[in-house]
Amino acid sequence: MTKVLSVRDLAVTFQTRRGTVDAVRGISFDLAKGEILGIVGESGSGKSVTSYALMRILDAGGVIKAGDATYSGTDLRRASERDMCDIRGREISMIFQNPRAALNPIRKVGHQIEDVLRQHARATRYDARAKAIAALEAVRINDAEARYNAYPFELSGGMCQRIVCAIALACDPRLLIADEPTTGLDITTQKAVMDLVRDLIRERRMSSILITHDLGLAAQYCDRIMVMKDGMIVEQGDPLQIFSAPQHPYSRKLVDATPRAGETVRSLLPPGDRRKELVPAISDQPLLEVRNLTKTYAGKSGPVHAVKGISFAVNLGQCVGLVGESGCGKSTTSEILVRLMDATSGQVIFDGEDIAQVPARSFAKDPRRADIQMVFQDATDSLNPRHTARQTIAEPLRRLGGIRGAKLTARIEELAALVGLPLPLLDRFSHQLSGGQKARVGIARAIALDPKFLILDEPTAALDVSIQAVVLNLLVDLRAKLGLSYLFVSHDLHVVRLLCDHVIVMKDGEIVEQGAAADVMSQPKSDYTKSLLAAAPKPPERR
Amino acid sequence: MLATSPRLRATVLRVAQAIPVVVGVVIISFLLTRALPGDPAVYFAGVAADTESIEQTRVAMGLDKPLLQQFFIYVGDLSRGDLGQSLSSGRSVAEDLAKRLPASLELTLSALLLAIAIAVPLGVLAATRPGTWVDHLCRVIVTAGVSLPTFFTGILLIYIFYYLLGVAPSPLGRLDFIYLDPDHVTGFYLIDAALMGDWETWRGAVRQLILPASTLALFTLAPIARMTRAAMLTALSSDFIRTARAAGLSSRTILYRYAFRNALLPVMTTLGMVFSFALGANVLVEKVFAWPGIGSYAVEALVVSDYAAVQGFVLSMALLFVALNLVIDLLYAAIDPRIGFSSK
Repeated sequence: MTKVLSVRDLAVTFQTRRGTVDAVRGISFDLAKGEILGIVGESGSGKSVTSYALMRILDAGGVIKAGDATYSGTDLRRASERDMCDIRGREISMIFQNPRAALNPIRKVGHQIEDVLRQHARATRYDARAKAIAALEAVRINDAEARYNAYPFELSGGMCQRIVCAIALACDPRLLIADEPTTGLDITTQKAVMDLVRDLIRERRMSSILITHDLGLAAQYCDRIMVMKDGMIVEQGDPLQIFSAPQHPYSRKLVDATPRAGETVRSLLPPGDRRKELVPAISDQPLLEVRNLTKTYAGKSGPVHAVKGISFAVNLGQCVGLVGESGCGKSTTSEILVRLMDATSGQVIFDGEDIAQVPARSFAKDPRRADIQMVFQDATDSLNPRHTARQTIAEPLRRLGGIRGAKLTARIEELAALVGLPLPLLDRFSHQLSGGQKARVGIARAIALDPKFLILDEPTAALDVSIQAVVLNLLVDLRAKLGLSYLFVSHDLHVVRLLCDHVIVMKDGEIVEQGAAADVMSQPKSDYTKSLLAAAPKPPERR
Repeated sequence: MLATSPRLRATVLRVAQAIPVVVGVVIISFLLTRALPGDPAVYFAGVAADTESIEQTRVAMGLDKPLLQQFFIYVGDLSRGDLGQSLSSGRSVAEDLAKRLPASLELTLSALLLAIAIAVPLGVLAATRPGTWVDHLCRVIVTAGVSLPTFFTGILLIYIFYYLLGVAPSPLGRLDFIYLDPDHVTGFYLIDAALMGDWETWRGAVRQLILPASTLALFTLAPIARMTRAAMLTALSSDFIRTARAAGLSSRTILYRYAFRNALLPVMTTLGMVFSFALGANVLVEKVFAWPGIGSYAVEALVVSDYAAVQGFVLSMALLFVALNLVIDLLYAAIDPRIGFSSK
């Protein structure tokens, strides 16, 4: 086995205003030729910093403090900047998350590929264009000739990631580092991009490091997995072994928290926290009924039909999952239901009355405003940065509930206890709270006025898996305790399977399939649902 | 007009948008001058005039007619290029402006070029070396530039370079009396003198220009340098810079082709605003340096309620702004491919 990369006791520190932060604390690993190594960890584990350190592209203030990194006999820590410039892109390349931001927004993608080819003397002025188009074809872009002249904003996220791959692979590097390459992409796009990357790596006999927070994804595509926590490697081994018999408590926690088939929401938690699940009372009576709902926007090139006449019902106490990829109309639907947007036509029967009749603009004054609330996708952006957690939770109580004084304080503290937010944190601003704590504040705000119906718009999409596990369990408990009904909007089929009784699958503004969650997940009828299920990463089942 | 590409259509649309603005400018410049306090008829009839002669002056000036009729007369004159007679100078306003506008523009543009030439490199250097002496120098210059008023810096520069050191010529207009004015082609002395091949006059004009242009440049430099620094810092911390670095592009390519071109977009917007500040600050600088520009002309006309002159000034300034904004927008669209699609 020939080693391509060898890392010994690598330590990286960042100089910040609050002093030195140890991002990576002495990690050692090897990478064999042709091997795909997965580095898995949650935010702050140092997994991305490790890769930036290997490329020597650390952000300002970051420095390799100790250790060695050797790539094919080159000392990456001590090589001159000029040598590093030659190594980057030609020997070691990287692809990044958020592909659209990773491309220069005002330069044609073809020219961006040419820049790299010419930097590494792989092309001259005369053949750069042809070689750039060849690089585009190598990442299986249709009509590469036309795409050469496109700007990043004209391309889809998946297409942009292919361009980033084309830039990274243009000069035939021997090692590819992929840093969360599919975060933010749709599930079928994720599969297409990951399959492409894996095929290219195998074809060209490259080595690769895949950095991801998704243990399931890493298990599917990697030969070996390394689990990182707080800048240290806590465990490494082959994926099956890590999944079936994790040695370190932290990797056990991560494996537990990764949603997959045949689990319950409680089994996401560490064994000690698995209290008995409360059984919610589901009635046969519909709380909310959507009939022939449509939404048409006026687009520049004609009308855009975002929602094309969908009908479904949410029963009292039920949790309905709404699944689909970006652009399928699920966000439009949830915005209409929460009455922030008006429908073009159709009825939304809530508690026997058509609330679509009340314009979204005046719904804030409607007495039913308190009954329908929402938990937003981005816990950070949906909180006012100038408000403390207490002020955030007080807002709906004061404005809609008219609660003041000692009663207000008592209610806020009751809500904090309900969502598991320690009381001292109530006086903190959102930037002083962790992701999970912010999610709790968002949930407390939504349930403050005892709503009947909650719309959960991907409430855990931005959270680490272990925190996602806790928040999902909180949502399950609240539903049973408070008798809530949920519409759970998500792209993660595993999560939907865990949480929902009923599933609706949307595509292009239409419902392609709906039914009991267990049925849809195990025996999907439509081809689209089948392709969604096939695209979801399949972590090995626990033995 | 059927524009084929969306870019072209966006451009045509942008140019068309300037038309209602121009119409509005004409109306407002008319109304604004009518709203000024003071009665021009009283002023121009003279000190010894009685009610009757004032009335005669009023009729002669057309001020007795209803406002709407006055407006149509004004628009009719405008369409023939007639801006009216300046009552204080006795010449036609168009003639006065044609003579004085180039003087102001020459001053403003050379100040702006000087400011860009210093501020943009300074901002880029400060952004690439944060916390170093370049960065601190940038901060000092920016603070000084915004906090010192132009009339003060102007007088200070005159005191140092003319009075104490004696290296600058006397601050009296565009050209020392020993030189002849170059033939009028563009009205810009530097260009006209160069066209004639009269380099002696050209040097004389430059010597006169240096102090007022520096005064104005010092004032306009601050926002440009600050914006360049901030825009470069934002651009350099973007994801696509990391991609470029990871692809092994040289630091030169990254700095200029990737970061700087993206940073140029906000800088350009600032430039448009700065140009309008500079036109405003011009009035004071022209006064201090006895520069025969449009600013001092307007102030004098305003004092004596010289309608036609004030109207002409407001109109030409407003048209200048409209034209400038148009140019900036079109340049922006030329650099940024996203323009014209963003409102989808």
